[in-house]
Amino acid sequence: MADRPHDDAKLGDNRPKLSLHVPEPKFRPGDAVDFSHIQVPEAGAQPRPDETTKPEDMLDFAHGLIRVLGEDNKAHGPWDPKLDPETLRTMLGHMAMTRAFDERMFRGQRQGKTSFYMKCTGEEATSVSASMALAADDMVFPSYRQQGILIQRGYPMIEMINQIYSNRGDKLKGRQLPIMYSSKEHSFFTISGNLATQTPQAVGWAMASAIKGDSRIAATWVGEGSTAEGDFHSACLFATVYNAPVILNVVNNQWAISSFSGFAGAERATFAARGVGYGIASLRVDGNDPLACYEAEQWAANRARANAGPTLIEFFSYRAEGHSTSDDPSGYRSAQERDEWPLGDPVMRLKNHLIEIGEWDEERQEKMDLEAAEYVKKTTKEAEENGILGHGLHHPFRTMFEDVFEELPWHLKEQAQQAIHERETKFPEGLPNGGKGA
Amino acid sequence: MSETATKPAPKTEEGTERRLNMIEAINDALDVSMGRDENIVIMGEDVGYFGGVFRCTAGLQQKYGKTRVFDTPISECGIIAAAVGMGAYGLRPVPEIQFADYIYPGLDQLISEAARLRYRSAAEYTAPITVRSPFGGGIFGGQTHSQSPEAIFAHVSGLKTVIPATPYDAKGLLISAIEDNDPVIFFEPKRIYNGPFSGYYDKPVEPWKRFDASVVPEGHYKIPLGKARYATEGDELTILAYGTMVHVVEAVCREKGVEADIVDLRTIVPVDIETIEESVKKTGCCLIVHEATRTAGFGAELSALVTERCFYHLEAPVERVTGFDTPYPHSLEWAYFPGPIRIGEALDKILSE
Repeated sequence: MADRPHDDAKLGDNRPKLSLHVPEPKFRPGDAVDFSHIQVPEAGAQPRPDETTKPEDMLDFAHGLIRVLGEDNKAHGPWDPKLDPETLRTMLGHMAMTRAFDERMFRGQRQGKTSFYMKCTGEEATSVSASMALAADDMVFPSYRQQGILIQRGYPMIEMINQIYSNRGDKLKGRQLPIMYSSKEHSFFTISGNLATQTPQAVGWAMASAIKGDSRIAATWVGEGSTAEGDFHSACLFATVYNAPVILNVVNNQWAISSFSGFAGAERATFAARGVGYGIASLRVDGNDPLACYEAEQWAANRARANAGPTLIEFFSYRAEGHSTSDDPSGYRSAQERDEWPLGDPVMRLKNHLIEIGEWDEERQEKMDLEAAEYVKKTTKEAEENGILGHGLHHPFRTMFEDVFEELPWHLKEQAQQAIHERETKFPEGLPNGGKGA
Repeated sequence: MSETATKPAPKTEEGTERRLNMIEAINDALDVSMGRDENIVIMGEDVGYFGGVFRCTAGLQQKYGKTRVFDTPISECGIIAAAVGMGAYGLRPVPEIQFADYIYPGLDQLISEAARLRYRSAAEYTAPITVRSPFGGGIFGGQTHSQSPEAIFAHVSGLKTVIPATPYDAKGLLISAIEDNDPVIFFEPKRIYNGPFSGYYDKPVEPWKRFDASVVPEGHYKIPLGKARYATEGDELTILAYGTMVHVVEAVCREKGVEADIVDLRTIVPVDIETIEESVKKTGCCLIVHEATRTAGFGAELSALVTERCFYHLEAPVERVTGFDTPYPHSLEWAYFPGPIRIGEALDKILSE
């Protein structure tokens, strides 16, 4: 407006006034929640196309919702992976363990044992089930809410806790914020605080695998909020241009901290639909249906392995808890949402399915939950022997200067000397712990 | 004097002089490196079939195939990110950013990812990538084909920044950069791709072939990163420069009869502090010259280092000759460029103290 000459202001008077649309979530704190606008198709209603189907022939899958587990707790339709009961119980176990882990670590943060934690409650299927459909050496580029992958891949839980506590056992030497894990051995890429950066990196990794004639594929996870980042566009573009063997998993949990998915464009299109514009095969999946999550990931993995190209999967889910230990969702959304969420809880749905097919019961579930909680508790105690945040038992401070480069250049050597000097000034009688834990 | 700070220009062992301009030397470095290591891949806008807008990658796709040298979408973020992912896989990518002015869309990937990968993963993952990019002005490139953003990268822990000033150095430094396991920003001063620049824009460019520094040995050789070079030696003062400005200050000193230690830094980070200290303590005076804008430019870091480390040897304040603190102009390029007059006045000022 400032640029329009004042005298000409009337020129626009016979045209309708423009107005800015600012998205607003349907429910705010205190509001009654009604999710009836969310279309939930019958489980089993969606066909399962061949993995080499052309993207343009799959438009319906970007707008629909692939579901396997119905209200009757039975598996329906062509997306049923038909997993044997033992595998289903394993899946349930990993999800229950992930939930127990989250509970304990959240409490640990509240007890002051660490600075920060993020739960994935309600989204366990999007990591555990999806990851189970991949090979152990397929490379994953996760965001910060896929701890279920590490648990599913058998990463030692004590290492996770050591990292969260930044203690002397922390493989990342206390450099990283809690939950920013890294494990090359488990083909789990180092987590970055910068959102969506991992998505085009995953594509690059997949391109490298293709360049070398390897058979491994890459998969990346990103929240729906982070799809707004330019990196996500780059990822989709490079994936399609080079037909990269990669799976782009978008976990649509409806919320990016306090911003509802409308601020990432959800009012106009599904997140899966974005893949269509790039010519990427795209699936939209019930993210709280562990069987659908598994089979969609399997479909995409098969497609990538067949050199048929990338897949974008939108896992439609709900972030049941706050964004992080620093967040209070009662400040921006209705507390009712979690209970009213039409797709339920992934752990409960799988449990009920196993009971329905006669492979599980409440007693065993109770025992499993108890054992999971006990295991996490025991492992937490073990990890605490390595120290907790701020209690001195962290890595020697000189490690702060290592790994900036492969070798320490002169200026970092000098700064390390300065740090040593400061420690000696602070502890003239000698460093505590013989200098190791100072 | 550091081990590699040698002159005059090297000769090939066989005694046969092969003279290349900087473009050819860079192309040769890429060719030699790709021939030795099949994990090296080159990617960027127009680098594949066409061979690059400056011809630096000419012929490489034909020789090594399009899965090792390939064109990319116009997405600097995507180019750097894909390179980081490829590096995590185990490749050694050499991405090109067509102009340094266009590296900014890739900055988050460079600063938050490539530079931090080793540190944040405790060396589980590394980014052994070399980002090549033409930089610097003096070619009527206007605002977006002339910038010298090296100070932005110097400020980032975990990145190395390298800038050659001769064809011989360009090849040896680029091979070192590619083989280095840390991420390296390799800025190529495009003003001197074809020949050194005296600062007199109205004089024709003298081709590299007339200078000994264009003698580029065949095959593999390296110039270590982090080691400066004495472009000329003298007792009157020390001049710290890199890229195009090495040649401009050489020409000005020659013209004015000033005998200077002109230290071509070659690597910005980590900078060769030993050579800097050695020279400044000998001469007692220091002039810093770069094309980049003045405020918080790399010259400020150099000035601070010299002042901190050579204070009692200094006979005059450390001076900086730089670009002005404006965007790089088009029509007024030669009023902006730190040319012979600005350098000459700084020399007079220092040497009169």
